[in-house]
Amino acid sequence: MSKTKNRFWFALFTFPTIFIFTIVVIIPFISGIYYAFFDWDGIAANAKEFVGFDNFLKLIEDERFRHSAWVTIKFTLLALISVNVLGLTFALIVTSTLRTAKSARTMVFMPNLIGGLILGYIWSFIFSDAFSIIGKVTGFESVFYNWLMSPDYALYAIVLVFTWQMAGYMMIVYIAGIENIPYELMEAAKIDGANYWQRLRKIVLPLLMPSITICLFLTLSFAFKIYDVNLSLTSGGPVNSTEMFALNIYNEIFGYSNYGYGQAKAIVFFLIVAAISLTQVYFTKKREVEM
Amino acid sequence: MKKTKVIKETLLLIVAIFYLSPIYIMLVNSFKNRQELYENVLAFPKDFSFQYYIAAIEKMNFLSAFGNSLYITVISVIFIVILSSMTAWMLARTNNRISKIIFMTFIATMLIPFQTIMMPLMQEMNWIMKTTGIPMLNTRGGLIFMNIGFNTSMAVFLYHGFIKSIPISLEEAAMIDGASKFSIFWRIIFPMLKPITVTVMILNVISIWNDYLLPSLVLTQKELRTIPLSTFYFFGEFTIQWNQAMAGLVLTIIPVVIFYVFAQKYIIKGIAEGAVK
Repeated sequence: MSKTKNRFWFALFTFPTIFIFTIVVIIPFISGIYYAFFDWDGIAANAKEFVGFDNFLKLIEDERFRHSAWVTIKFTLLALISVNVLGLTFALIVTSTLRTAKSARTMVFMPNLIGGLILGYIWSFIFSDAFSIIGKVTGFESVFYNWLMSPDYALYAIVLVFTWQMAGYMMIVYIAGIENIPYELMEAAKIDGANYWQRLRKIVLPLLMPSITICLFLTLSFAFKIYDVNLSLTSGGPVNSTEMFALNIYNEIFGYSNYGYGQAKAIVFFLIVAAISLTQVYFTKKREVEM
Repeated sequence: MKKTKVIKETLLLIVAIFYLSPIYIMLVNSFKNRQELYENVLAFPKDFSFQYYIAAIEKMNFLSAFGNSLYITVISVIFIVILSSMTAWMLARTNNRISKIIFMTFIATMLIPFQTIMMPLMQEMNWIMKTTGIPMLNTRGGLIFMNIGFNTSMAVFLYHGFIKSIPISLEEAAMIDGASKFSIFWRIIFPMLKPITVTVMILNVISIWNDYLLPSLVLTQKELRTIPLSTFYFFGEFTIQWNQAMAGLVLTIIPVVIFYVFAQKYIIKGIAEGAVK
């Protein structure tokens, strides 16, 4: 009696969530794998042609895709460095005893709350107009010109905007780590005569390693999946030079109507994202055991 | 000694203000006329006329977009909180294979990026609409349904971790007193979940409010556009008049700033918790 009653409650509490979740996530994920093996233009009346692994083989020879993959990797590496250097620096500054630290923290985090799409539009104005004026005023016209028009510099523009968006976020995570460092440890080092750099190198950074790992992986995964900023800032241009992975998938499916091929890309995208996250879990778990 | 401190304080403030200079550039140029704007983008506007704001509100259909964004975000978040807290509680308190499998499935799917399922999801929703007549596409309800589906796994995960740290003895005492599971959850458990509920709400409000890609696929009707959507079309449909565009962007940011001012403490705490998970 009590067992059936328990089952009833279990179902009542979990079923609605599981039902919605299955429809929105599980079924599309499974049928997505199925679509990846077909050649299809997305029009329901047209037949899907089974092509086996051809879509995946095609990826290797696709110039546009290879370029896109390379740009994504380059972007991710640059973002990894700039976001974390800036985020960690800010975190170290705003955890000091300065009275303005708190307001500085509030201000630096602000851009993260604004959606990527809107950030991209704000910066597209800055690059296209403010930069040229700054260039004229300061005389550095070789640096301050419209980066978005240059196939080489457009990528750095995205790195800049992404850094502006994410540095505050990573700062928050680093702050949480810094605040966990025992106060006595720092005091003892100070009494022993260690200066700021020594304390930073020998105490703060080693104890901050867990936070650093988390932030590196978070940035890695956010940067790799970038879409909104890419769309509003450059829409992949000029001439596809900044079309990153997520945007490439979107364009392949909804732009070029290669539903099957685009879906194959999407599956590869998933495998890479999953690999990144699982590596992170592996490293975090490993350290927990060691500690 | 005192002097260096003052210098440090001002230096930090200058850095922080410089960091927000894009916001300043956006703000001042939303008031300037064309000529003023091209003379110097960095200068302060000569007079504050709100004409570009009025034009932007009209072109973006801002009030309707704001209403849609608010409606979709609030309803989605309410459902996410109710459904995932209930689910997480059951999963955390039933120690059998089925609940473990369900929980692991929730966690595993957090790895799936949206781009991987967007196309099949749209196909499925089309199919549901055709066969059952339930309007999944081009309705706010359909978008809310999908928001719930995409965001519950993270919420269940956060609730699950929190519930594990609550001693079970309280519930057992209530059980002996003959209370039903329903009333145990809503009277005893849910109030105790308040800190994590705030975190779940904050994280979901931010991500749903700012989401562009999913709404862009689901909502094609003009009247249903959310703020990110109407911003996108505003920039696409009209040849860009930067002063109007900047006014439009300022409008989209105002709600975010208000939210940040009032919930700052919770937002920063929520972000830290959500990231470390």
